[in-house]
Amino acid sequence: MVVMENEKITHPAPPLELQKPPEPELRQPVMINVNDVDFCYGTHQVLFDVNLEIPPRAVTAFIGPSGCGKTTLLRCFNRMNDLIDGARISAGSIRMEGRDIHAPEVDVVDLRRRVGMVFQKSNPFPKSIYENVAYGLRVLGVNKKSQINEAVEKSLRASALWDEVKDRLDSSAYGLSGGQQQRLCIARALAVEPEVILMDEPCSALDPIATAKVEELIYQLRENFTIVIVTHNMQQAGRCSNYTAFFYLGRLIEFGATSKIFSNPSERQTEDYITGRFG
Amino acid sequence: MKIRTRNRIAQTTAFWLFRFATYAILAAATYIFLDIGIKGSRTLFTTRAPFINVPFFTQGPQTLFVFDYEGKKYTLSDREFRAWKTEHPVEVEATSVAYSAGGVWPCIVGTALLVVGSMIFALAVGICSAIYLNEYSQNTRFIRLIRIAILNLAGVPSIVFGLFGFGLFVIFLHWNVSLLAGWLTLGLMILPAIITASEESLRAVPNGLREGSLALGATKWQTIRKNVLPYAVPGILTSSILGIGRVAGETAPIMFTAAYALRDEMPWQVQRWTDFVFQGVMALPYHIYVVSSKIPQNEYTERMQYGAACILLLLVFAIALASIVLRERTRRHLSW
Ligand SMILES: Nc1ncnc2c1ncn2[C@@H]1O[C@H](COP(=O)(O)OP(=O)(O)O)[C@@H](O)[C@H]1O
Ligand SMILES: [Mg+2]
Repeated sequence: MVVMENEKITHPAPPLELQKPPEPELRQPVMINVNDVDFCYGTHQVLFDVNLEIPPRAVTAFIGPSGCGKTTLLRCFNRMNDLIDGARISAGSIRMEGRDIHAPEVDVVDLRRRVGMVFQKSNPFPKSIYENVAYGLRVLGVNKKSQINEAVEKSLRASALWDEVKDRLDSSAYGLSGGQQQRLCIARALAVEPEVILMDEPCSALDPIATAKVEELIYQLRENFTIVIVTHNMQQAGRCSNYTAFFYLGRLIEFGATSKIFSNPSERQTEDYITGRFG
Repeated sequence: MKIRTRNRIAQTTAFWLFRFATYAILAAATYIFLDIGIKGSRTLFTTRAPFINVPFFTQGPQTLFVFDYEGKKYTLSDREFRAWKTEHPVEVEATSVAYSAGGVWPCIVGTALLVVGSMIFALAVGICSAIYLNEYSQNTRFIRLIRIAILNLAGVPSIVFGLFGFGLFVIFLHWNVSLLAGWLTLGLMILPAIITASEESLRAVPNGLREGSLALGATKWQTIRKNVLPYAVPGILTSSILGIGRVAGETAPIMFTAAYALRDEMPWQVQRWTDFVFQGVMALPYHIYVVSSKIPQNEYTERMQYGAACILLLLVFAIALASIVLRERTRRHLSW
């Protein structure tokens, strides 16, 4: 399976990444800054003192065993956790381009426009393919047909879906395959021109071929977007990310260039996890 | 061994008990439907073309006059009797039977008006409350109290709603016996059912759609309006149709608030259009109540009773059928 996958899809990521010298500690400026963050669901604390600097225009992968708080941290970045009763950041702050995202003057609607999200369970809307992609623009108040047409085509091209759906833009999104649906969700997020794209295990429900396509897409997107991806799949983190953060029991254990984390982790727990000794 | 035998006997007994209960209901329902259907169709249909009893559907209730003249027996409606008398200027000894001639046209119109108005009111208020409860409210003690109140409201007997509407709308607000009072009373009666059904339909919309929309920078209201409500509406309408059956069939809520036993003008025959909502109307269920318990019974009264009952039954049956068809259609259309 793996062999076939490699034959079919060109993967620029791993070889390039491995040949390059490990990137210098972190490129500046920082896109998202996580400072001493503690996070609680009610009284249940799930994140402990997390410090992290997410670099712009790169793919950062969050890895770690289930329940270690990857999704929770990811959903802090676009304040999706605001929707959950009792969920809150109990200490620390998160800054995006230097500004606290919880500051009173920050409009959460605007924040979410700037920080797009692709969910673990792909969730296309029960509308046509076209309307799915146009949705974000419409809620922004864009009404001009030509502008929407243009954005839809651009987003679908960017998510490598255009050729597959250009003849059936008006048919239901539910007629697409699982992988296409997930790429449609990516296209939908791209349409509002976000700066950051959060992806929560975007390939967990996809077969290897669809996964490879999405990975390739992620790898291309990093040229224009800051991408944070949660993944369970070590190979995936290795293939398509520039930086990797390893979480364990709500703590950030190690963060660094992916090549370093995978070849020469400095923490024992990271090494154990990557080599599959637990998790 | 013994235990096993006992268990088997217990099981067989229980089984037959359930079976008899089912059969008994079935038998009773069949009897009622056949009785009303057969007797009612004698009123609804005729043996001569066009086979449908047109006056029954197009006229209001009239008094029936029965008399003998020159050895022949006549049964004439009020209008026919007057025409007959101008032709035959003689004194005849006629028995009059109230309500037993003519038809139920004003009752059908009145019931339709009551249904439409009260459903619009109940849906508007019910959907708004359901959106508030399901999408906006947090699970506080106050909200839990509201939910319990709604559940209790659903259990309140309809006659209590009738008395409430009478006290508030008819007496206190001086609306008199009127469409408006009937709409609000009926609407309040089915409001709990509408709220519950709407909440259920809203809850059936997957959370992923809400999150997906919010994550794109939509506001909460945009999300509800564009990406939640449209998918819940078919379900809401489908379950509401069963509410229509209830609104069409209940007598108690309208007997003090909206229904007249007899009214000669049709609802559109009002002087000013503002009078429209302040007029009482005739209604099928109340008409059935009147003709079967408010007038002395004899062989001539049965016609109207069964005819009206049969029409009401057909109406409710058609509404239920529509709801099933609609449900099947939307189920095929929306699935996630
Ligand atoms: N909505 C929630 N309410 C309460 N606890 C939650 C909620 N979501 C997640 N948790 C808890 O938070 C912890 C971290 O969960 P999560 O961030 O989903 O982990 P991961 O994505 O790494 O698997 C888990 O122990 C989980 O049980
Ligand atoms: Mg997760």
